[in-house]
Amino acid sequence: MAVLDILDLSVSYTTPRGDLKALRGVSLSVPQRRIVGIVGESGCGKSTLISAIIRLMAPNAQIRSGSIRLKGAEILELSEAQMRALRGAEISMVFQDPMQTHNPVLTVGRQMIDIQYRDKLSKTEKRKRAAGMLALVGIPDPEARLNQYPFEFSGGMRQRIAIAMALMAKPALLIADEPTTALDATLEVQIIKRLRELQEEVGCSILFISHHLGVIAELCDEVVVMYAGEVVESGSVRDVFHNPAHPYTRALLDCDPGHIKVRTRNLPTIPGNIPDLVHLPQGCIFAGRCDKRHDACAARPDMATVNPSHHAACHLIAVRETA
Amino acid sequence: MLSFIIKRIGLAAVITALAVTALFLIIHMIPGDPVSTMLGPRATPEMRTALEERMGLDRPLIVQIALFFGNMLRGDLGMDVFSNRPVTQIVLGQVPYTLGLILVSISWAAVLGVALGCYSAVNRNSLGDRLTGVLSVSVIAVPAFVVALYSLLVFAVKLQWFPAIGAGEAGNLGDQLHHLVLPSLAIGLSWVGYIARLVRASMLEVLGEGHIRTARAFGLPEGRVVFGYALRLAILPTVTVIGVGMGFLLSAAVFTEIVFSRPGLGKLVIDSITTRNYPVVMGSVLFSTLIFVVSTTLADIINAILDPRIRAGK
Repeated sequence: MAVLDILDLSVSYTTPRGDLKALRGVSLSVPQRRIVGIVGESGCGKSTLISAIIRLMAPNAQIRSGSIRLKGAEILELSEAQMRALRGAEISMVFQDPMQTHNPVLTVGRQMIDIQYRDKLSKTEKRKRAAGMLALVGIPDPEARLNQYPFEFSGGMRQRIAIAMALMAKPALLIADEPTTALDATLEVQIIKRLRELQEEVGCSILFISHHLGVIAELCDEVVVMYAGEVVESGSVRDVFHNPAHPYTRALLDCDPGHIKVRTRNLPTIPGNIPDLVHLPQGCIFAGRCDKRHDACAARPDMATVNPSHHAACHLIAVRETA
Repeated sequence: MLSFIIKRIGLAAVITALAVTALFLIIHMIPGDPVSTMLGPRATPEMRTALEERMGLDRPLIVQIALFFGNMLRGDLGMDVFSNRPVTQIVLGQVPYTLGLILVSISWAAVLGVALGCYSAVNRNSLGDRLTGVLSVSVIAVPAFVVALYSLLVFAVKLQWFPAIGAGEAGNLGDQLHHLVLPSLAIGLSWVGYIARLVRASMLEVLGEGHIRTARAFGLPEGRVVFGYALRLAILPTVTVIGVGMGFLLSAAVFTEIVFSRPGLGKLVIDSITTRNYPVVMGSVLFSTLIFVVSTTLADIINAILDPRIRAGK
């Protein structure tokens, strides 16, 4: 059974211009002990998806339809108190900007002890556990550093502390929201390696959000490509990266500076912009920017099967199969 | 932490010295001299010279300032021209009344203001928030002496719930507190609104920060998130404002003391200015300055205790 199952999830924001349909019919699942990556450019609904999973949404957001199941249990039907019991225990999070993740006026130790408030342990035991977690993520002299404040740590260290906090309760699911975006490249590699090791040690699943294709390829088992609030392609990292089926995934891979072999003055981009999510275009959501656009694109494509574990929402897949 | 406190106190000493010098010069620029006031129009030149000599007014200004500082450090602020009692003793007799009034006023205002501010921020745009907002702005707009006059008329004269004048019987704490109610209402009322607005704004800002999202994402109870995590930060600007606001509190106390005929620094200053009693004016203004400098210094130190980044000078 998968740790996280999202089925046909639609989320809208109420805005003065009308309903902004941020997520439409999103389905994905995170199997046990697997790392699933979500890629997509800014505004594709990654953050909305996360906030829906932990149910900490903006006041003007509404879940219009769908279901989110954690280990088979529906999250969307839980009361606020039941949901709070899951946060930090079953689902935990690592956020994008490590400089903003921790309370600046409380010591790291105090914050790490506070999040264990559910456990009936003595303060010294909680402290010991916190120090153990810091050691696990590679912070030297953890016992002393518990007394320090976040501003006394570097960005990379703060992100490791965030990971330590997130894994402390041995959650079933860790959601990492672009955890390396704010860090420099060498730190990024370190954090990714550490995350992989810890995932194996703790035995949790990870939902890893990033717009960095290289990181996803390095870390994840499976990948979900999102565009403008829809899942356009999903499958194993190998399938999606080596044999992209959706024109958007292909365009995204072409834009990755790591893939460019020829010397160029201008980095490639995908022409056009994300469509207006208040007044959605008819048909395929990517049609406006697609170079393979044809008559069939006037109708919204369903998820088509490329192979049993590789799916994409494009009319061309069916065509290719019949051809 | 200790070095921060020492540095801050050093700065306070410098500020006090500058303020006292400025005060000294300002008082000497006020028209009318104490000698004529004391001796009257029929004084002989010999009598005038003798008194000027006794008060040290015949020496150069710079020497007078130096002497004043020297004496001040020994706690000697000169003699009251009329009663011939030491000024320090006179002023120190009044300081507790004013200080007590100010502290009681700002304390109740801070407690209520912080509570209202938190409520407004947490229940943003609710009916309660809007109501608090309107009330806050209205009480901010009302000067302390107006509240003093009306509360005196309504609660002391008409309803007779509270005494109208004086500071209460010496040694009888209950009576003294009873006498404090209306004056501290007058001084504190606008601060309630002010602090509520301030706390609401900084609370809303802090509640939108990333670390609050983290605290919530770890399932911390909302009460702990608001009061343990957010308020610790949101209170910082309020502490500073109260520290600096001591100046306004002192001037509000002057009006209020006059309205309620309470003893205190305010009444002392007014009385001694009208009689050109320089040493007493100087002494009481000096103590007001000290109260102001001490309160801003304290506010800085409290902020440094609350925020480790200030301690580290970051």
